[in-house]
Amino acid sequence: MLLGPSLAVSAVLFALGVAGVLLRRNAIVIFMCVELMLNAVNLTFVALAQQLGIAGQIFVFFVMAVAAAEAGVGLAIMLAIYRHRHTVNLQDINLLKG
Amino acid sequence: MPALPLSLLWVVPALPLVGFVVNGTLALTRPAAKRAVSIVGVGTLVLAFAAAALAVAELARQHPTAPLVFRYWEWIPAGDLQVAFALQLDQLAAVMILVVTGVGALIHGFSVGYMHEEPGYARYFAYLNLFVFFMLILVLGANFPVMFVGWEGVGLCSYLLIGFWFNEQVNADAGKKAFIVNRIGDFGFLVAMFLIFTRFGTLDFATVFAKAPAAFLPGGAVVTAITLFLFLGCTGKSAQIPLYIWLPDAMQGPTPVSALIHAATMVTAGVYLVARCGVLFALSPLGSAVVAGVGALTALFAATIALKQWDIKRVLAYSTVSQLGYMFVGVGTGAYAAGMFHLVTHAFFKALLFLGSGSVIHAIHHAYHATHTHEDAQDMRNMGGLARYMPWTAALMWIATLAIAGIPPLSGFFSKDEILGAAFAEGTVRPVWYVFWAMGIAAALLTAFYMTRLMLYTFHGPNRTGEREREHLHEAPPVMTGPLVVLGVLTVMGGALNVPDLFGGNAFLEHWLEPVTSLAQRLHPAVEVAHATEWALVAGAVLIAALGIVGAFRLLKPEALVPARLAPPQTGLARFLWKKWYVDELYDAIIVRPVMWLSREVFWKIVDQRIVDGLLVNGTAAASRALGWLGSRLQTGEVGVYVVLFVIGVLAVVGAVVR
Repeated sequence: MLLGPSLAVSAVLFALGVAGVLLRRNAIVIFMCVELMLNAVNLTFVALAQQLGIAGQIFVFFVMAVAAAEAGVGLAIMLAIYRHRHTVNLQDINLLKG
Repeated sequence: MPALPLSLLWVVPALPLVGFVVNGTLALTRPAAKRAVSIVGVGTLVLAFAAAALAVAELARQHPTAPLVFRYWEWIPAGDLQVAFALQLDQLAAVMILVVTGVGALIHGFSVGYMHEEPGYARYFAYLNLFVFFMLILVLGANFPVMFVGWEGVGLCSYLLIGFWFNEQVNADAGKKAFIVNRIGDFGFLVAMFLIFTRFGTLDFATVFAKAPAAFLPGGAVVTAITLFLFLGCTGKSAQIPLYIWLPDAMQGPTPVSALIHAATMVTAGVYLVARCGVLFALSPLGSAVVAGVGALTALFAATIALKQWDIKRVLAYSTVSQLGYMFVGVGTGAYAAGMFHLVTHAFFKALLFLGSGSVIHAIHHAYHATHTHEDAQDMRNMGGLARYMPWTAALMWIATLAIAGIPPLSGFFSKDEILGAAFAEGTVRPVWYVFWAMGIAAALLTAFYMTRLMLYTFHGPNRTGEREREHLHEAPPVMTGPLVVLGVLTVMGGALNVPDLFGGNAFLEHWLEPVTSLAQRLHPAVEVAHATEWALVAGAVLIAALGIVGAFRLLKPEALVPARLAPPQTGLARFLWKKWYVDELYDAIIVRPVMWLSREVFWKIVDQRIVDGLLVNGTAAASRALGWLGSRLQTGEVGVYVVLFVIGVLAVVGAVVR
């Protein structure tokens, strides 16, 4: 596997994730974009592990575990919000302002 | 009896301090314990007088040529400034402590009778004891700061006692006036101290006076500035032009206070200061000329006002101002012995006059009180013919009147004559002193006149107190007349203290003070005049005094007076003098009102309200509120905005790290 194309794909995926978080309103979509960024990082880990040793591959499993836990908590929060407000549009959820 | 060590000198001021503490405690806890208060108040003073007499006897045995200094503890050890709490005893301080404790003890005794029915009896004696303590610190201090503590302390007690009956606005105002006017003088004292410190690096009397002749050229600018600032302090404390205005108002206090503080002791502190710093004044011809000139002017000016006052205590107050002027003529001329001599004799006869007037006021007040009449118990138009009711007081006050007028052989004759003689002799070298001498002679004429007027209106002619009141008039109790008799004896005999060679005396006080004054006398030798001239001066002075007394008898008609409430308003020159040359009004217009206007219109309405309150206080609050508003705009509650800011932040950090 070539290093250059792998890192390029990873950078593109990460940029897409950032753009999604910045531009989208729907909390679910933003959540998915965060996952996208995490996976872009995972890809970087795997690609670089070929040259720098096994540690990068092991780290990927940690990231996956954290992402899974995050998905569980995050989706639960969103469900709770939806029950209260009947929306997951972040523009409508702005009670905490100065 | 074994001689006590003089290092026990601290006992002298400590005794009245103990009296203050005990009486102060009693005033707070048992104000009705008048017996205990009297015993403590008078007892500590009598003991202090005994201690002072012992100390002076020991000093007389040793008769050292330099002051005996006792350092008790380091008070202000601050870098170059090393000030010890130190007392010193020399011949000059010895004279003062005897007068302060002696006359003080007599007046404390008189107060027992005078203040007997006063609810604030314990408070009164506490203040009076405290005053004596501070006065002793003032005269015994061995350096300028210790003296200054006493100087301020007596000012405080003066304030407290003038406003003793503070329930009445006029009394509280009088106390405030005394305090504020004295602050102006204290400013001068402080500046003089700073100048002395920058020049000598120390504030100890002994070092400063020993180094002064070498450190200063005669008539130099710095020494002249020091003497003038010191004298500014004296004009405040000793009621000289231009700061004399507080003393007549100070008569609002109880009469024994007027006798002790505002006639015999505190107001002479300025004279004592000039005598103490005689070396500095001898080095500054301008400084000493200002002292003598202001003294002579004050002597004459105050005497003119005393001519037309109706309040018996006001006459005596202006008389005190005038006599203090004489003392300054003496010390300003370099005749320190003469100045101090007049200080002592004046303490005797003026204390006697004040206590006598207190006895009169006491009697009139009681008469009006008995008949529930509201009349002025101090107005001489409500008196008259009192010699029939109070023969002791009348006789003793006549003695004091003749003494202050300068009739031989009473004490005032010798002391006043010596001052005028010294001023005339100085005139042969520096002619401006002839002017001072002439003003002194004119003041002597007026003094004899207004004092005789006071006696005639108070004690002679028909009584004007009132028909029903008359039967309540009576002589004061023995506890009050006793001190009067002692002071009367001192008034008669006091002249023996310093009978000059001219009359075959040995000038005791002058020789006694020689160790203190010798250095100043070497720098500024006294001028001698021929005996024939001196005899002529004496004869002239006595003639002037007699003229004043006889003139008053011929010109004044006590029979023509009417009681104060019926009296027509005064007109012309009499009104001008009665209104005290409108000096209070003048000061009000040129100082008090502009200061009030400046405070109200500028400092209050602009500086305080606009700048401090508006700009600084409210401005700070408004600025933080504006910043808070800006910050709160960032808290939109929209997660999207936070994320954008977050990304910008991350990019900034990454950019900074990578670069």
